Amino acid sequence: MENIKTFLSHFFVTGDPMIYGADASIALVSVAIVFVLTYFKKWKWLWREWLTTVDHKRIGIMYIIAALLMLFRGGVDALMMRTQLALPNMHFLNSEHYNQVFTTHGTIMIIFVAMPFIFGLMNIAVPLQIGARDVAFPFLNAVSFWLFFFGAMLFNLSFVIGGSPDAGWSSYAPYAGAELNPGVGQNYYLIGVQISGIGSLATGINFLVTIAKMRAPGMTLFKMPLFTWSILITSIIVIFAFPAFTVALALMTIDRLFGAHFFTIASGGSPMLWANLFWFWGHPEVYIVLLPVFGIFSEVIATFAHKALFGYVVMIWSMIAISVLSFLTWLHHFFTMGNTAPVNAFFSLSTMLIAIPTGVKIFNWLFTLNKGRIEFTTPMLWALAFIPNFTVGGVTGVMLAMAPADYQYHNSDFLVAHFHSTLIAGTVFGVFCGLHYWWPKMFGYLLNEKLGKWSFWIFMISYNICFMPMYFLGLMGMTRRMYTYPAGLGWGPINFIITIGAFGMGLGFTIMAANIIWSAIHGKRDTTGDPWDGRTLEWSTSSPAPEYNFAHIPVVSTRDAFEAMKEEERKGVKRRQLPFEPIHMPNNSGIPFIMSAFFFVAGFGFVFEWYWMGIPGLIGIVICLLARSFVYNDHHHIPTDEIERTERAAGRFS
Amino acid sequence: MAASTLTESEKRKNMPLEYSTEEGDLRIVGFWIFLAAELVLFSTLFATYLVLQSHTAGAPTAKDLFKINPVMAETIVLLVSSFTCGLGTLELRRHNTKGLIAWLVVTVILGLAFIGLEANEFYSYAVHEGAPLSSSAFLSGFFILLGTHGAHVTLGIFWVTAIIIQLAQRGITAVTARKAFMVGLYWHFLDVVWIFIFTAVYLTGLVI
Repeated sequence: MENIKTFLSHFFVTGDPMIYGADASIALVSVAIVFVLTYFKKWKWLWREWLTTVDHKRIGIMYIIAALLMLFRGGVDALMMRTQLALPNMHFLNSEHYNQVFTTHGTIMIIFVAMPFIFGLMNIAVPLQIGARDVAFPFLNAVSFWLFFFGAMLFNLSFVIGGSPDAGWSSYAPYAGAELNPGVGQNYYLIGVQISGIGSLATGINFLVTIAKMRAPGMTLFKMPLFTWSILITSIIVIFAFPAFTVALALMTIDRLFGAHFFTIASGGSPMLWANLFWFWGHPEVYIVLLPVFGIFSEVIATFAHKALFGYVVMIWSMIAISVLSFLTWLHHFFTMGNTAPVNAFFSLSTMLIAIPTGVKIFNWLFTLNKGRIEFTTPMLWALAFIPNFTVGGVTGVMLAMAPADYQYHNSDFLVAHFHSTLIAGTVFGVFCGLHYWWPKMFGYLLNEKLGKWSFWIFMISYNICFMPMYFLGLMGMTRRMYTYPAGLGWGPINFIITIGAFGMGLGFTIMAANIIWSAIHGKRDTTGDPWDGRTLEWSTSSPAPEYNFAHIPVVSTRDAFEAMKEEERKGVKRRQLPFEPIHMPNNSGIPFIMSAFFFVAGFGFVFEWYWMGIPGLIGIVICLLARSFVYNDHHHIPTDEIERTERAAGRFS
Repeated sequence: MAASTLTESEKRKNMPLEYSTEEGDLRIVGFWIFLAAELVLFSTLFATYLVLQSHTAGAPTAKDLFKINPVMAETIVLLVSSFTCGLGTLELRRHNTKGLIAWLVVTVILGLAFIGLEANEFYSYAVHEGAPLSSSAFLSGFFILLGTHGAHVTLGIFWVTAIIIQLAQRGITAVTARKAFMVGLYWHFLDVVWIFIFTAVYLTGLVI
């Protein structure tokens, strides 16, 4: 009895009223979900339509829902930190709890918000933009999603079971090692992130093949939409960066679980090796979450300036240059950790070089706006706000790139302000922009413009209230990851302003969530499939796009293919109505979900070093792989009369 | 457009069976890209090993442990298995199901022999010589680099076996041909990795 009691008090996180509150709310929400699904008899629907789907559009929607939920959790973490720092000597969080909160905030925002949000948008838009019926490997696509999902769930479980990691999102050795950081928290980080990372690698391979091999006839590489180009380049970065992270995470897991000495101080281990391996992935990762939003902004700015993108080819070559340079700058994350001067000089220069292609892109966006017929829709507002706000982040990045000066900035709030300027003004503005832009294509109705603009202005202004003062706070000497500070240093008022900004961003996000709910009920239907007068092929099909995307695969002759088609129509060229042909589609499958659930079970077992649970989990994974190998009946044909019915219902066949 | 798809399928007619459908083509390209990712994975492990090679921390060194004979045996067994796997692909091109299955069975047996030899080598280091992976950074690097390769070979044995069963059930079709071809790529890749292990780990370790 006593044993069970001790076990439970270690197994569940205890002793903090906020955690008990979270326990209760998690239990209530779970019960509510189970009740609603049972009451409305929706279990079968959930399984058949969503959990087993291999449709890229549905997978994209699931990615975005999960990313928004994770954004909520990461955002609550941020608000907790800002509450703690609002005034000197606050006692809202203790130091241990604060460390856990900044660790989960960083990890969740990068791995479980930024990446899945982008993967969601690319799942929705890329196959439609290139005139394809699905991605190259629809089954693998579902595997990717469920691995991300169960990885994220495993990571989030740490908060109520066993305890959260507290070594920062970069998880530096030796602090993250078993000796200095016993317990399960760090295992959760290593294994949760590992599982979702495997999914990310598969997504990279999937989209590279999709874009390389499945473009509509006539769409040569230099006729592809810019967003598709950005995803092509991002996929290549994913493929070359993620395996290094896989290895780094695995090695640290082996250090912790099996007593190896890769990153320990004793027995010849090298903590610096972790820093190198982590950032060899970590820096390209920054571009994995930035290049796609560059693509989104290029689409949105061209669409709402009603002009072809200025400098299309240069835009592409700048992205390629950035992708190459992204692998050559990792060391700038630890200029101060004792490298020789020539090494620092090399990485200082390579880092500054990135400003050149990025600057080229900024000017190209500005020239696209020049003499455009600009329409200030919500997605366009996000795109326009990105340009100046992101530039601030870029310029401060060049300041940080100067190795000697970095000794001043390093680990200060100046750095924190810098990377939030790039990741919020870049990635977050970008995914919000893409969300509003592609929303009608996903659901068939538009988000409300008025609420959209309110959420934009409040979020954007609050972002500036939050992060502009933080640069000065950093220059005044406040370091990052500091859980409290004494009065009398002059930091108090600035911190208070920053906290106001943080809550303002929370308000902006809440309005956006309200907009999603309001528009689901009252949103304006998109009956044309082309609500924005778009230029690329995703707008040529109905909204939401049918299961097979295109009844006829479009034929492309120029860039901005759909704009060219509309131009022809305006000139009175009639398009021939071709007869429908049966369409070959992949079958749904439960294996991705079940296999990823086994990953979760195995992962949970290894987190607690319960091999009786971990090893059967691994065996389950292998059985799922073998089971899939023996599936031969994996596709079906949509008959022509069904296509005809669908097209007629969408008003596209008479 | 109809004309272009016609030439597309015409073009595929003259291709080897595994490339004869669009799906097969896509998957083989995807698999090559997967192998590129695997290359990065092994490169990271090699880099780690080479960095930690000299960090022996008083535990047995490469020179103390490595003996050329068992290593040569492992090398020959694995290289021959790659050769027999290649002969299998040759039979695949000749549409000879029995020949293909026979060579794949030989490949699996050689793979098992390799795993047996490697397990024996690991056992002798970890138990007889008292040098398990927890004794030094060098040994951690050694066991994990070779262990990752060995785990790949083990997975490959399961995979080849599954494909042998499917070939026995269905004979050579566009789908089974593609599967047999892909597992061949995988097997040869592991061979290439072994050549680097032989050079960078064993030969270097025996000399330095």
